[in-house]
Amino acid sequence: MKIEFILNDKKRVIQVDPASRLLDILRDDFELTSVKEGCGEGECGACVVLMDGKAVNSCLIPAGLIEGRHIVTMEGFRKTERYKVIEESFLKAGSVQCGFCTPGIVMSTESLLRENPLPSEEEIKEALSGNLCRCTGYNMIFEGIKLAAERGKGLW
Amino acid sequence: MKDSISKPITRVDAPAKISGAAKYIGDIHFENQLFAKTVRSDKPKAKIVSIKTPSLPDGYYIIDKNDIPGINRMRTVVSDHPIFADDEVNYIGQPILLVVGPEREKIYEIVSQIKIEYKDESAVFSIEEAEEKGTVFTEYSYSKGEPEAAFHDAVKIIEDEYHTGLQEHVYLEPQGITGEYKDETMFIYGSMQCPFYVKGAIQDVLGWDSDRIRIIQSITGGAFGGKEEFPSLMACQVAVASLKTKRPVQMIYDRDEDIICSTKRHPSIVHYKAGLGKSNQVIVLNIDIIFDAGAYSELSPVVLQRGMFSATGVYNFPHLSVRGRNFMTNNVPSGAYRGFGAPQTIFGTEMLMHNIAVKLGVDPLKYKINHLIKRGDPTCTGGKIRDEVKLLEIIEKVEKMSGYRRKIERRKKFKGIGVSLFLHGCGFTGKGEATIKGKIILKKNGDTVILKVSSVEMGQGAETCLRKIVAHTLSLPMEKVICETIDTGLIPDSGPTVASRTTMIVGGLLRQASLELKDCWNEANEIEISKTYKHPDFLSWDDDKFVGDAYPTYSWGANVAEVEIDSLTYEINVKKISAVYDVGVPIDEKMLRGQMQGGIVQSIGWATIEVMNSSKGKLAQHNLTDYKIPTSMDVPEIACKFIENPYEFGPFGAKCAGELPSAGAPPAVAAAVSNALGIPIKSIPLTPEYLMEIDKHED
Repeated sequence: MKIEFILNDKKRVIQVDPASRLLDILRDDFELTSVKEGCGEGECGACVVLMDGKAVNSCLIPAGLIEGRHIVTMEGFRKTERYKVIEESFLKAGSVQCGFCTPGIVMSTESLLRENPLPSEEEIKEALSGNLCRCTGYNMIFEGIKLAAERGKGLW
Repeated sequence: MKDSISKPITRVDAPAKISGAAKYIGDIHFENQLFAKTVRSDKPKAKIVSIKTPSLPDGYYIIDKNDIPGINRMRTVVSDHPIFADDEVNYIGQPILLVVGPEREKIYEIVSQIKIEYKDESAVFSIEEAEEKGTVFTEYSYSKGEPEAAFHDAVKIIEDEYHTGLQEHVYLEPQGITGEYKDETMFIYGSMQCPFYVKGAIQDVLGWDSDRIRIIQSITGGAFGGKEEFPSLMACQVAVASLKTKRPVQMIYDRDEDIICSTKRHPSIVHYKAGLGKSNQVIVLNIDIIFDAGAYSELSPVVLQRGMFSATGVYNFPHLSVRGRNFMTNNVPSGAYRGFGAPQTIFGTEMLMHNIAVKLGVDPLKYKINHLIKRGDPTCTGGKIRDEVKLLEIIEKVEKMSGYRRKIERRKKFKGIGVSLFLHGCGFTGKGEATIKGKIILKKNGDTVILKVSSVEMGQGAETCLRKIVAHTLSLPMEKVICETIDTGLIPDSGPTVASRTTMIVGGLLRQASLELKDCWNEANEIEISKTYKHPDFLSWDDDKFVGDAYPTYSWGANVAEVEIDSLTYEINVKKISAVYDVGVPIDEKMLRGQMQGGIVQSIGWATIEVMNSSKGKLAQHNLTDYKIPTSMDVPEIACKFIENPYEFGPFGAKCAGELPSAGAPPAVAAAVSNALGIPIKSIPLTPEYLMEIDKHED
């Protein structure tokens, strides 16, 4: 099946099985390795990307669903000013340890702040509930997101 | 804290991890690479009668025991695990063969066509059953004082039994290794804690000299002990596959496969018999520890030893007798997991002390304080507590932070508070450090210093921490102090990245070398200093009798947990953890806080929601839908502080840290639950079913 979609601001046309996972398309066909596979069943959030600005688990999205959509991975997002703010805030807050969950968490953060530029702690927890992290115990990630919201006022 | 080593800096590995540029093993594609999929036993114990394989298309291979040029066993403490099953299998998930080829779909098709005929044999599924049948792998014992006589003098005797369950590591990056046979050399790349363990294992399986083997660690997405011994097994398998196919072979597990076959935390049963003196003090304690080692022994003897030497926790019991046994069962092998046997026995001892106090009608914290070990006291194995023990200061601080005293007096049903006190023996157990003799090299090259160690970054912050120790000593900016690639061809063996030894032992050697380099800095443009670990002369250890200093020193801690329990569903809501630790001097206060918070949450998981059952050798939970780990919605507020207590032989006074938090939160949470429900707790995980049952039973 021929599918047309926008990937990191570029129009792409691919020939794929409509049931193939967006995760595999991104990693295997486009070599976008920021998108990680941690569980393959939508539990861990390591493969989160933005679809039309909203965080989705790319392991659960079949190719058939991306027709006409705008997909953003870290490879696209890291060029933005908003990314810079998140990066600085995560560095400052000590939000990163092994890093395998981090790109997914950055994507979820962007999705959250787009909808809600000044989230409460509860709203942050809820937005991250689909992203597992086994290293940090989450508290320093919450701090990183709070800091990003504060430092990036007006960007979202 | 302006010039203090503890002042936080930015982690050196973080920018590439945040941007997604960091390449883990699954992100690295090798030219001409093949993929491998393991065919595993679906029987807990059986003889293999026959294996029928389909005819293979061109470019596809089956790799099994017959392809191994060397020894078909994985080298570790006890080298008993076959790389590929010989003619029998001993657990569900045991590797039998690999199917290797260029297309994943085709590999899966071939796998589905392989038919294995087994002859079932009688299996052992639980530690209780193993104890009955006597399938012992290892048995140790030690004693102190005169336990038998002391039991005669005891005015009261209390017996109790404590249980802990399986725990899966759930490092977010599943296990993955690529092997590449090239230029007469075997190159192994992958996610791992111990490159030189992998190297030794490859030497055995290939029967080659060590100079033809290179192990290169890739960025490692979490480990927690799960990537201590297990990657050696995968590495041996892909090495054999690459040797046969003459192409790079990549094997990355998906989550299901990872959970089914990788090592877990040892389930335990600890039985206590305590003799109380006239003042209700525990004067004598009999501790009987049993661990489920699973189907192969591997690292279990040393896990058991740490469990046994940590079993008295932070207390000085005058008379003591400790027995430890590892049992063989037909479950997936147990292995290294953060804390390495100590969290199991510390849970039992902390809960025993708590439950005795409650039974006697005295405050558990006061009761515990009456038994604390002090500087100058003998350790449980007859060594000596040489360094200052600041437990009272730790306790005072954690009481203040949590309001423990005030809150415990206003107990309400379904709302509770509990305290735990704990320690961790720093570095390897017993003669470990003296045997491994870690080496490091520091090389000055112009205005840059290169640091050569085998301690890996796996998320815990080792790279930043070690570079910081050198940079701080030499007053250099961090970017002028760099780490050599973790490639066994380029680095000396500083020992494995385990046992909370990296900062204290390897960092200690780097600190010594940096001080030496500082003294001769201007003498040449290129200077190389190497250091080998020397065990301090004042430490003695008898490995046969278990007498002496099991550890050079200890780190200490106290946790207070506050919980609320749903009165209908009995679900536990851990509201807050207050934690105080003595890890000597923190090398970077923020990174250490991250370690402690992560360890707290991971061990709360073990104590509450992480349920893993095996039924007839088959795990009931094998993905992240069934096996739940704490999410952002589950985590408590965590207040975490450090008190300084510099250790003379640690870099800048640092001791061990990474494993310490794993022992603390489970008994604190269990004590809080006990307080909330007014019932004794003797088992984790604290599932709603368990709590409901014992609460009703007590009523």
